Amino acid sequence: MIDLLTSIFVITLRAGTSLTYATVGEIYTERSGILNLGLEGMMLMGAVTSFATSYYTHNLALSLLAAILVGAILAATHAFLTVTMRANQVVSGLSITLFGSGLASFLGERLGPASNNYNLVGMTGSRFSPIVIPGLSQIPVLGAMFEQDILTYALYLLVPLAWFYLYKTRNGLNLRAVGESPQTADAMGIDVVKTRYLYTILGGMLVSLGGAHLSLAYAPGWAENITGGRGWIVIALVIFAMWDPARAPLGAILFGGINAIQFRLQAGGTDIPASYLNMAPYLATILVLIATTWWENLSHRVGAPAALGLAYMREEK
Amino acid sequence: MNEEQVKVPILEMKGITKRFPGVLANDHAEIELFPGEVLALLGENGAGKSTLMNILIGLYRPDEGEIYVRGERVEIHSPRDAAALGIGMVHQNFKLVPTMTVAENIILGMTELPLVPHLEEVNRRIVEISDHYNLQVDPTAYIWQLSVGEQQRVEILKLIYRGANILILDEPTAVLTPQESRELGKIIKLMVSEGKSTIFITHKMDEVMAFSDWVRVLQHGKVVAVKRTADTNPQELARLMVGREVLFRLEKEDVTPGEVVLELQDVEARNNKGLPALRKISLQIRQGEILGIAGVAGNGQRELAEVVTGLRSVTAGKLLINGQDLTNRPPLEIIKAGVSHIPADRIGMGAVGNMPVADNLAMKGYRNPPFSTGEMLHPRRILEFARRMIDVFRIATPTPQTYIKFLSGGNIQKAILAREIDACEGLLVAVYPSRGLDVGATEAVRKRLLEQRAQGRAVLLISEELDELMTVADKIAVLYEGRIMGIVPSSEADIETLGLMMAGVTPTE
Repeated sequence: MIDLLTSIFVITLRAGTSLTYATVGEIYTERSGILNLGLEGMMLMGAVTSFATSYYTHNLALSLLAAILVGAILAATHAFLTVTMRANQVVSGLSITLFGSGLASFLGERLGPASNNYNLVGMTGSRFSPIVIPGLSQIPVLGAMFEQDILTYALYLLVPLAWFYLYKTRNGLNLRAVGESPQTADAMGIDVVKTRYLYTILGGMLVSLGGAHLSLAYAPGWAENITGGRGWIVIALVIFAMWDPARAPLGAILFGGINAIQFRLQAGGTDIPASYLNMAPYLATILVLIATTWWENLSHRVGAPAALGLAYMREEK
Repeated sequence: MNEEQVKVPILEMKGITKRFPGVLANDHAEIELFPGEVLALLGENGAGKSTLMNILIGLYRPDEGEIYVRGERVEIHSPRDAAALGIGMVHQNFKLVPTMTVAENIILGMTELPLVPHLEEVNRRIVEISDHYNLQVDPTAYIWQLSVGEQQRVEILKLIYRGANILILDEPTAVLTPQESRELGKIIKLMVSEGKSTIFITHKMDEVMAFSDWVRVLQHGKVVAVKRTADTNPQELARLMVGREVLFRLEKEDVTPGEVVLELQDVEARNNKGLPALRKISLQIRQGEILGIAGVAGNGQRELAEVVTGLRSVTAGKLLINGQDLTNRPPLEIIKAGVSHIPADRIGMGAVGNMPVADNLAMKGYRNPPFSTGEMLHPRRILEFARRMIDVFRIATPTPQTYIKFLSGGNIQKAILAREIDACEGLLVAVYPSRGLDVGATEAVRKRLLEQRAQGRAVLLISEELDELMTVADKIAVLYEGRIMGIVPSSEADIETLGLMMAGVTPTE
């Protein structure tokens, strides 16, 4: 039984890693007042570029760099449209998702070797394999935390750091102010435009890294729609985390867990039809949103940055 | 006198011009500020005072003009540049993040602090400054927990903490009680005695006289007068500001009250939090009568106005208009019964900011001819009507097509007044109608209310200014914790008794 729990927990954490990267990234973006609905497209682009790089170079550092770069470019586009041009954030984000998904599919069919009809599907490249830490990994259940790949281990540092930066540093304070009240931030000498660009791009990098984890570690390789809607789930996870990076892993573990269990059930053979199991994470998303909203109303606490989704212009009345 | 002439201005603004779409906000305005002195900027709403100061603080860029600080020409591109020159401003709408603490708000955007600010030390320094200037506030409290007066203290602390020595205060007393205003006056005196300089924006004459050394009067974006405060008087300033003589007293005709228009019988209602807000309210207003409601804000005034206009349901009691029972009927039925409403929240409830003045004016009559036939609107007739209203009510707007949000507060209020008075057929509910308005606009509003009275309408006037109630209303009812403490004829009312009733003391006679 303990072994079963441990193995479910191992998969849970593995499945939750890409979600955590993307959730932390989107929390930072939204804290600056920018809503980025382009996550799904950015994760797909991160997945395809990092896998293609890994296939050709077998250099994992370079693969991650490729994903970071692509995430930065797409996020910078979103920032340009919404901060500089003051375009509608929802429309811009959706366009980026549509564009990113389409381009990722296209690249998947074009970047492969001639022998495979230029398709990347079915190819193998370098991957991040789990590194088992002797001793620690023997702890019942929690030992699962020490049978992970490097990207998951990096989160053990990144999440507390992201929390500390947001709540304890001067820059974090300025970032929160920009998302809560850009008018105030501006009057206090904070560069609203620069802040919004910076954290939208930083967030985009993390989101794209989340995509890279899928194609380099979780399910190494490229497959059409490899994210399976994770980009959308992350938008709900940000709300579930109440815009606090320290809570990002909770939601990611919840959804990773649902994934792990349904995976187990499907592998073990069950009477429940597969389509119902596949639905589970998305159904859970709806339930989580209802629960979070209910709790927010109950505690009179709204976590959303007050200026989320609103363009800022200095001389506007 | 000679020593005055030797004094070098710490700040000069020369030939400042600023245009907004369709509006010339500043027209070659000039400012001179001397160290250790208070300069009052006096002007009507929309005279360009706030725009001029927003230019000084770097939020707006002037189209023309030069700024000199300590004799040197400076370019101020952002509030950061202004802060570096020691210029800080307390804005009319506070620049505070409600979800953050006092200390966090004070250090926001400061680059002099370490990456991980030592909050204990910040708190200690805040307490030091607040002790020195008698600006009591808890540095660890969240802004949303503070009263408006306390929030203003935080704004002033913020400037001092950041080392500002030229302080701009934009209508600082508009949100304060008389006691808090006096307190603020003392703080300004103390700061000035330490060599800081202050620019004080206001349209209240008594504050100019009490706080300032110099006055500059703005009209239509231009400085029309520069006076030493000691050499002028309120009458002269009012005339300079409005451009004509201002009546400080209004003529009130004798009107014999007619039929009862509004009657409330033991009305009870709850507030938004579900707590009792009105308790057994009974009152009557007759034709040609103005009933004033006095009280400290938050004692049920808002709920009372909403009940009478159908925006809030009553939990007990009856609402009768012209004898017709309209208890808990929808607002449209109450409007059709002849009720007009001038709401407290002008932009939130009284007007649609992103719609032209003309459409805002037609917003009450649009359902009926001549503005519409069936579903079709008649834009030309709406425009004709708007032109007439703009003319009759002297609404200062570039065109009837200008978005109403670009107008000054006073002119938005005149537009709402025009619409509601034109449509009024029995009862006018006016909530804080002159709040935040300058003398000229206030006078216009009060005159209109008296006109309605003379024409036999019933008026429910909710106001926080006892002066206004005593000059305009026929009777004054005092609200305290949702109860009417008593109704007195305004001819017999005195400020002392009303004040006691507002504090919940029942008069002993």
